[in-house]
Amino acid sequence: MTLAVRVIPCLDVDNGRVVKGVNFQNLRDAGDPVEMAKIYGEEGADELTFLDITASSGDRETTYDVVRRTAEQVFIPLTVGGGVRTPEDVDKLLRAGADKVGVNTAAIARPELIREIAERFGSQVLVLSVDARRCTPTPDGASVTPSGYEVTTHGGRRGTGIDAVEWAHRAAELGAGEILLNSMDADGTKDGYDTAMIEAVRKHVTVPVIASGGAGKLTDFAPAVAAGADAVLAASVFHFGDLRIGQVKDALRDAGHPVR
Amino acid sequence: MSNKSVVVLDYGFGNVRSAERALAHAGAQVEITRDYDKAMAADGLLVPGVGAFAACMEGLRAARGDWIVGRRLSGGRPVMGICVGMQILFGRGIEHGIEAEGLDEWPGAVEPLRAPVVPHMGWNTVKAPGDSQLFAGLDEGERYYFVHSYAVRTWELEVTNPHVPAPKVTWSTHGEPFVAAVENGPLWATQFHPEKSGDAGARLLRNWLDTL
Repeated sequence: MTLAVRVIPCLDVDNGRVVKGVNFQNLRDAGDPVEMAKIYGEEGADELTFLDITASSGDRETTYDVVRRTAEQVFIPLTVGGGVRTPEDVDKLLRAGADKVGVNTAAIARPELIREIAERFGSQVLVLSVDARRCTPTPDGASVTPSGYEVTTHGGRRGTGIDAVEWAHRAAELGAGEILLNSMDADGTKDGYDTAMIEAVRKHVTVPVIASGGAGKLTDFAPAVAAGADAVLAASVFHFGDLRIGQVKDALRDAGHPVR
Repeated sequence: MSNKSVVVLDYGFGNVRSAERALAHAGAQVEITRDYDKAMAADGLLVPGVGAFAACMEGLRAARGDWIVGRRLSGGRPVMGICVGMQILFGRGIEHGIEAEGLDEWPGAVEPLRAPVVPHMGWNTVKAPGDSQLFAGLDEGERYYFVHSYAVRTWELEVTNPHVPAPKVTWSTHGEPFVAAVENGPLWATQFHPEKSGDAGARLLRNWLDTL
């Protein structure tokens, strides 16, 4: 009895619509996150993640509706992140049908938010999303943070000077049940996950780590797991139909990792 | 479709909507409530549970859920606990060094799971007894969705009376073996989330509904 490595597709949702293009057949509405979620569920996705990038918080009702409709039809865990700032935001998403909630920027600004959410809803609902990148060394060769990895905001454009490994560790201590580790260097490159960063974080946290950023081909997934990831997340390779969930699982299985 | 009626006990600490949707999907008539008459009249009572053991027990008592569960069981009426809804059926829970009393339907303690990575989060296999009704028709390699940091590591209830059927205990392993499910007369429970376990979970819920 060994826990399976989770394969998690992530959908960017803007105003209730999937943002990135999709290339699936038999899809009535390729822009509908609920339809996409159903297909991924049927293909064997172990969880689903929605990243809500809706700019205006006034349009949040659309997001709750999408979550509600998804939870009615898809019976696997659903994580929703993006713009979560308060325990009330968490409450609304959970009530709509989310099983876990991703928290990112708001926790950087106010780490106590992690404790507040964990105490009220339990650690298991809280996925701390860390957008991290390798630090650019200073002229004297020293790295900006002890681990050499730094937390960023604004989609990786802004450095915070916070050590990414220390932040992941601290967040877990504060009550985060899981770390979603997104490499801003690897994101979008399709050159594979940042395995060195996964290893660095794995050494310092005992909660599950989800690897994100850089998946491009079938051989990219097993190294992330070997580096210590408990789950692998990808977006565009699934949406564009480059890779199917089943293929990724076969590749992981062939590499000796248990999958569902 | 079973057409059985199920009440999902609403005491403020469960993923009641997920349980409701999955049970409805499995064919049950579902209502989310803490109303005593409705909870007693339903064919089955489902007790979900998310969060801390002590907080769940507090919520359960405030909603008089402890009384509802006890009354149903003394009348042989089926009850099913899920996740913390299973844990609170045991004697006590120990979280962060604090001990809280459970419903004590079964002796034993819910303790921190000793594993390199905790919470135990994701899809794992189980070892069910051959005569399990809950897992009937489900392959041994089937996986179920777990999310928990605490577990029951020792099954303590011994049934010595030959006229009373022995409880069927299903195990899983994460770092160490722990109780994944129990079928004991009218009282069944799972540590994992059948309502989030895809087709396997739906089959398992149907198996329960079929016994109601």
